Amino acid sequence: MSRPTDVAPRIVVVGHGMAGARFVQELRARDLSRRFEVTVLGAEPEAAYNRVLLSSVLAGSLTPAEIETVPSAWYAAEDVELRTGVEVAAIDRRHRRVLTTAGEHVPYDHLVLATGSRPWVPPIDGLVADDGELDRDVVVFRTLGDCRTMLARLDRVRYAVVLGGGLLGLEAARGLAGRGVDVEVVHPADRLMERQLDLDAGRVLARTLRSLGVRTRLNAQAVRFTDGWGGGGRGMRLDDGTRLPADLVVVACGVRPNTGLAAAARLEVERAIVVDDTMTSVTDPAIHAIGECAQYDGQVYGLVAPAWEQAAVLADVLTGGPERYRGSPVVTRLKAADVDLAAMGETDVDELSDDEEGLEVLRFADPARGTYQKVVIRDERVTGAIMLGGPETVGAVTQLFDRAAPVPADRRALIFPGVVDAGAALDPADLPDDHTVCRCNGVTAGRVRAACEAGADTVAEIAATTRATTGCGGCRSDVAALLASRSTVEVPA
Amino acid sequence: MGTTATHCAYCALQCAMTLTADAGGRVTVGPRDFPTNRGGLCQKGWTAADLLGSPERLTTPLLRDGRSGPFREATWDEALEIVAGRIRDTQRAHGRDAVAVLGGGGLTNEKAYQLGKFARVALRTKNIDYNGRYCMSSAAAASNRAFGIDRGLPFPLPDLAETGAVLIAGGNVAETMPPFVQHLAAVVDRGGSLIIADPRRTATVERATLHLPVMPGTDLALALGLLHIAVADGHADRAYIQDRTTGFEETWRAAAQWWPERVERVTGVSVLAQRATVAQLAAGARGRGAVVLTARGAEQQSKGTDTVTALINLTLALGLPGKPHSGFGCITGQGNGQGGREHGQKADQLPGYRKIDDPAARAHVAGVWGVDPDELPGPGPSAYELIESLGADGGPRTLLVHGTNLAVSSPRGRRVVERLAALDTLVVCDVVMSETAALADVVLPVTQWAEEDGTMTNLEGRVIRRRRAVAPPPGVRSELEMLTALADRLGRGDRFSADPETVFDELRRASAGGIADYAGISWDRIDAEGGVFWPCPSDTHPGTPRLFADGFPTPDGRARFVAVEHRPPAEDVDADHPVYLTTGRVLQQYQSGAQTRRVPALAAAVTEPHVEIHPDLAGRSGLADGDLVRVVSRRGDAVGRVRLTTTIRPDTVFMPFHWGGEQAVNRVTNPALDPISRMPEFKVCAVRLERVVVSQGGSCGTDGDTGPEVSPSRRSRPTADWSEGGSAA
Repeated sequence: MSRPTDVAPRIVVVGHGMAGARFVQELRARDLSRRFEVTVLGAEPEAAYNRVLLSSVLAGSLTPAEIETVPSAWYAAEDVELRTGVEVAAIDRRHRRVLTTAGEHVPYDHLVLATGSRPWVPPIDGLVADDGELDRDVVVFRTLGDCRTMLARLDRVRYAVVLGGGLLGLEAARGLAGRGVDVEVVHPADRLMERQLDLDAGRVLARTLRSLGVRTRLNAQAVRFTDGWGGGGRGMRLDDGTRLPADLVVVACGVRPNTGLAAAARLEVERAIVVDDTMTSVTDPAIHAIGECAQYDGQVYGLVAPAWEQAAVLADVLTGGPERYRGSPVVTRLKAADVDLAAMGETDVDELSDDEEGLEVLRFADPARGTYQKVVIRDERVTGAIMLGGPETVGAVTQLFDRAAPVPADRRALIFPGVVDAGAALDPADLPDDHTVCRCNGVTAGRVRAACEAGADTVAEIAATTRATTGCGGCRSDVAALLASRSTVEVPA
Repeated sequence: MGTTATHCAYCALQCAMTLTADAGGRVTVGPRDFPTNRGGLCQKGWTAADLLGSPERLTTPLLRDGRSGPFREATWDEALEIVAGRIRDTQRAHGRDAVAVLGGGGLTNEKAYQLGKFARVALRTKNIDYNGRYCMSSAAAASNRAFGIDRGLPFPLPDLAETGAVLIAGGNVAETMPPFVQHLAAVVDRGGSLIIADPRRTATVERATLHLPVMPGTDLALALGLLHIAVADGHADRAYIQDRTTGFEETWRAAAQWWPERVERVTGVSVLAQRATVAQLAAGARGRGAVVLTARGAEQQSKGTDTVTALINLTLALGLPGKPHSGFGCITGQGNGQGGREHGQKADQLPGYRKIDDPAARAHVAGVWGVDPDELPGPGPSAYELIESLGADGGPRTLLVHGTNLAVSSPRGRRVVERLAALDTLVVCDVVMSETAALADVVLPVTQWAEEDGTMTNLEGRVIRRRRAVAPPPGVRSELEMLTALADRLGRGDRFSADPETVFDELRRASAGGIADYAGISWDRIDAEGGVFWPCPSDTHPGTPRLFADGFPTPDGRARFVAVEHRPPAEDVDADHPVYLTTGRVLQQYQSGAQTRRVPALAAAVTEPHVEIHPDLAGRSGLADGDLVRVVSRRGDAVGRVRLTTTIRPDTVFMPFHWGGEQAVNRVTNPALDPISRMPEFKVCAVRLERVVVSQGGSCGTDGDTGPEVSPSRRSRPTADWSEGGSAA
């Protein structure tokens, strides 16, 4: 079955999304002699594009062309065979080949499954037409194609309903609202982004979104997308009888990993394809999975950062490197204009009720200003956080979480930027004698006072004797204040 | 009693000053108005003359047999005979390249030029490089590939004061060149923006309107993110990109992968601050102008060239270079860092910023020098690689050192000292017994700034005059004299002059037609015009204060976007070395401290290196303010005094590099080199902190071990003990 060693090992990548495209780049970066023969099979007809930026395309700040990640010229230059619009029907593990829907066999030595996931469309009347396709006024928000569909329809859309108040649904809703569409988010849970947020954060977020033109409806179930709306429009009926006008329905109810090929090939699949720390199927050492279709240590990641880390690990493994995957800390960042939200780790934790040793929960809420910040600390490490509307310290908290680095002794620094260092500004006249007034020339307040006592009456005279103010000149006002304060003492009443 | 108008002895701002010598030859300094310093001087400038009459001044050649023996005084003739003999012996036995030269960015244009010519014409060795490799090389490489030219600032410094927004990546001018701050303060006073990316909240940051507290070694990710925002938020100047640049698409594709939330996670700089930065620069671009400046913080990394490139890309996307009060600039460090890199000290260059492997350049320069072009050696290795090869198999066996104190200033310092020890002959020219001179076989006492005439090219690209105010002490000679006399002994004396103006006039001819064209710049013109900006190709040319208004000196006249990708530092923190170290400067010291540590007022102001540590990190490390701490990397260790401050990131410590011996932080730093500029990664490496316990007897050891001793008295002042003094550049 294995071929002679002088033939280049063949890597076939199924999936040309964020994980698959990244993997081939990482591979070639480590395979400068092009030892591997690489073929990429992509189901989408597009060049590889950056899914993270779809919300920017929807919002109108980037064009579809601008989110392309790997130009086709790269594949040619790197001698990687890219075949887009090719779907795989089956994996033939015995013969180490995949069968495309066009009936072609593609042999492999290593098969990389980067098939991603697909949107889940809930069984709601009217979403799917009789032919099994989505209704013409129903879209999912997953691919560049979906994005284009939405953009193409925008000028005919006045009302939109977004099903699902998770990350993607809210980004879509914000994008549409930014384009002047009247948007309502219908969400079955008791809070937005319930996997990332606690109840209070969800409330503050809903409030922020409302101010940006996005209404949200919680604990709500859509039951039917119907015609015959007042004035001939269409609308969404909810389980409580409410009817919402909807020229467009965006379905963002979560995704399901694409594991059909793997399951049919009898690879071990739980929620996704089960892999070990080399991103290799636990069933077949010649098959690997990365990205949203992979499950490592019980985790299925739905974000790009872990997918890229996995792509790098697999590229390293296949080229003989020592890297192993150990799981990724997950930071969720809502990409929506004028909403700053980061959520990471465990967030639905309440110190007061848990009363656990080593557990601390910091919390600051200012709902009227859209701020809700919560940091969960266990044994001096950040294990979770919600940073909503307090953007200054997000970078610092995220890095502490990512690196499991110890938290500041003064916890306030995690939420309030600069508060630890802020002292009351001293009146220059009250500066202590040992305070350096002029850094450029190392002149203290005491020396300026001494110069005054020795008879200097002007800033220039002080400069002549002490050199204060003769560097960058930034201390001129302090020197003048010291001089003035002396005069008031000197001058008899 | 006479007065002399000249410029400062130290950094590239080259503050104008007036020196007044009294009847006894004592010199005092006074400020002089000039567009760069506007009458300002820092403490280093005010006290610059104090080194002229220092008791530590070298005034006679010193020789010794064997490195451990004592120096003895010698005549110049005897010393030069010995040096010439060693050169001849070395080259006879091991070939021409077995003699190497290291120069410095503090040398005048005349000396830098003469040194490069001496290496190629008198020694005929390819092995010459200079300490600018540790200074400007990354910015130079990035500027050359983007603009086709490398001049620190593209405009006179006062233009900076007129702009609307400034971003400085990794620069601390309030500490390094204080009078520069006046120009930044003018921007802020007018309501403009001053944004500074630095792991520390430095004295300069205190003057800023926005601080980006970037994690060490991640400036490149930050720059990519800023470009991403500029494009994604609609700030890109599409017409400019279309008309004046090439390569945008590929560059955007790389930056597209650095969306702000990802950048935040890598750099620690919040999305809010990133967006504000771009919005403020873009507002400047639409108004009074916007400027992006880099300094060593962003440049001294193993990816420094790409980091600078990414920031240049940002300026190109915003349409800045060539517009009024706008563009990209690099804040040059050493006094003649600019001129020093233009006229032939660099391993791959000939005068006029010519490439040594370009046949036309070789023919032109060989013509000026009166030699056969084929006689000129080819390119040699970069400074650190040259140092690594000293005394090694096939490497140089004799080294001449001019204006640099590599024992203090090179990364992985203990290794550098080993390499110097492996040489057959080390010859050092200096004004004091620097740490490097203390390792030499021959030490030659040379003139310092106020004792010599010449020209310097300041950070703006303005060629200015250094003027002699006093006669050097008897026994001291200029390096021009020394090189001429040595060339004479090597049979090439007829091609060299010891007169600086004669040398400059030859430099003009050698540079004519090159990128850094000085052909039209004469000493007379500099005197009459208060300096002349290069390029200045003819006597009637006005010089070029502002670059790029009409085009870029590239083959197609367009600036080049160059796509770059972020990568982590060469060495990241781990369990054994859990803290980042970054290095830099303090106001009262200059470079390796050889000069400034010997100025009593400066030595008294800053007596020893400190280690800035955040109280949180100090608490976890068992360190208190004022403790001695040993900073340990995989390469070596250095000892400094703990200074607790909340102005630094809790995952990072800072130590200035102006000291030698056990206080030299460059024993710790990482020589990982930038693949293009060959710049070492001074600005980030991984260390651990160990408290140094001072025992009753006064000796010190690290907690729990019996490491080398540090005597507390050593931390105060450089002593007259030549084995551990300080040094130049």
